[in-house]
Amino acid sequence: MEREKTGFFGSQQGLLFAIVGIFVIYPFFVSNYYIDVAFFFGIYALLGLSLNIVLGEVGLFDLGHAGFYAIGAYTTAILNTKLGIPILVLLPVSAISAGIFAYIVCSPIIHLRGDYLCIVTIGMGEIVRLALINNPFDLTGGPNGVYDIDFPSFGGPFVIDSSIEYYFLIWIIVVLSIIGLIRLQNSRIGRAWNCIREDQIAAGASGIDVRYYKLLAFVIGAALAGVAGNIYASKLMAVSPESFSFWESCMLFCIVLIGGMGSIPGILIGAAFISLFPEIFRPFAMYRMLIFGLVMILMMMFRPGGVWPRKRGGTEYVSLLSRIRKKDA
Amino acid sequence: MPKGTLHKASDTVLETRGLTKIFGGLTAVNNFDAAIHRGEIFSLIGPNGAGKTTVFNVVTGIYKPEAGKVIFGGKDITGRKPHQIVSSGIARTFQNIRLFQNMTCLENIMAGQHCRAKAGVWSSVFSFSSQKKEERRIREISESRIEQVGLGRFRDELAKNIPYGSQRMLEIARALATEPTLLVLDEPSSGLNAGETEVLMEFLKELIDKENLTILLIEHDMNVVMGISDKVAVMDEGKKIAEGNPEEIYNNPRVIEAYLGTEEEA
Repeated sequence: MEREKTGFFGSQQGLLFAIVGIFVIYPFFVSNYYIDVAFFFGIYALLGLSLNIVLGEVGLFDLGHAGFYAIGAYTTAILNTKLGIPILVLLPVSAISAGIFAYIVCSPIIHLRGDYLCIVTIGMGEIVRLALINNPFDLTGGPNGVYDIDFPSFGGPFVIDSSIEYYFLIWIIVVLSIIGLIRLQNSRIGRAWNCIREDQIAAGASGIDVRYYKLLAFVIGAALAGVAGNIYASKLMAVSPESFSFWESCMLFCIVLIGGMGSIPGILIGAAFISLFPEIFRPFAMYRMLIFGLVMILMMMFRPGGVWPRKRGGTEYVSLLSRIRKKDA
Repeated sequence: MPKGTLHKASDTVLETRGLTKIFGGLTAVNNFDAAIHRGEIFSLIGPNGAGKTTVFNVVTGIYKPEAGKVIFGGKDITGRKPHQIVSSGIARTFQNIRLFQNMTCLENIMAGQHCRAKAGVWSSVFSFSSQKKEERRIREISESRIEQVGLGRFRDELAKNIPYGSQRMLEIARALATEPTLLVLDEPSSGLNAGETEVLMEFLKELIDKENLTILLIEHDMNVVMGISDKVAVMDEGKKIAEGNPEEIYNNPRVIEAYLGTEEEA
């Protein structure tokens, strides 16, 4: 199995421990404001990882991912405020409801390819947002959204209500997700996803149920986005439709593109970029988007595979060899 | 293997009955009947556009036929999805090689083992011992297949980086990794040089001898067709115009006519 390791474990174990160490002690040395910045970095990391399953692993263009995020957040918001169900109980419920939603809306469109799927998912994301604004069954509160959402509580005095606790909550979930996703990547499911991305027809002809694995990616991706939605809703104590706009989906798309499709370390870098960028460039708020656009263009020109693309296999020496056609047995 | 022997019906691996595939106004395959018997190398030949690849695509589930049946191992598999057909035991390669380019050679072969494994999402995420065991088995089988086609030195190389001839062999290895009873090869020698073709022919003969396998082949290289086939069927304009052992086909006037006719047009 040494081969598969992307340097995330294995040879760079020391670096990994150092990074984890920094993450653990970081919140004890900075103000609440910077803890919150790191919290949102965590939310974007989780969302990036969830979109990466669909976009990075299977290569399905999904520009409506904020829709799944919204379903998770609103499931939590509504069930918590109307029925008083605790946030942590709603964590899996939000995941499941976003997953079921993805299954229902994606089933009829899953056969679409490339740009066509992209356009339909944009529509899906926008329909979710518009539906939330229209306040169906008086549940979503229209443009104002839902507020007075509880803190996550383990019962008794163990309530997550400070920045630092939220910080650890989100990052523990991110770490657990990463462990699960690395295992998936190295399983037959991860390989099946990659095969579909590489060549759908060959995947089918190799015995992979293309439709099933595409839907599976959407469902798992949506469920993870639903988890992010749950924590987001309780952290902000309120949700409103404007948080789940098309722009949000674009940002998630950028995380995967910047980081590198299918690369987990890449996604973390992409999420850091997207969530920390506005903070760093706050003094030049007016030119923020301009710089952002410039960075994206330069990225596509000089590093189209992302900052940290997933490495597979060994050296490049054979590409040289393949130019000189060799007879081999 | 004796050539041209009579087979019992139970020996039939694949049978097509009245297979017809229509694209718009064009009847690509017209009422195609064939029976392929266990342990044989069956070649399908014919001029370009005769409908050979379409027959393959119907058999392997990529197209649905307008009429007719595909019977494999006594079961009607007409209109099943490609992956179901692979699970039932038909594996194929493509005329224009279709590998998973950005995956390693070993991973390409492991993809073939996919349909023989079961691990689901939970057992993969929590890494149950059954899943670990299964992964080990997939790896072992794939390693032995990559050695079998002589590509062991490329195991960790991306499929797109290996030489063309090796890519062909890799595709065959991927097909073999699905543990098929019928191997369907679409022009396996196209793009290979004389030496590579020789190696391929030897390899296919050895396969038939060693494994419980039947091979269906589309081929343009007459040396290959005449050299390894037990039976040859000739197609022209969607219809089967002749069938027999290689010598019979070689001397069949209709076959010569079909080939020469297209030569002139081309």
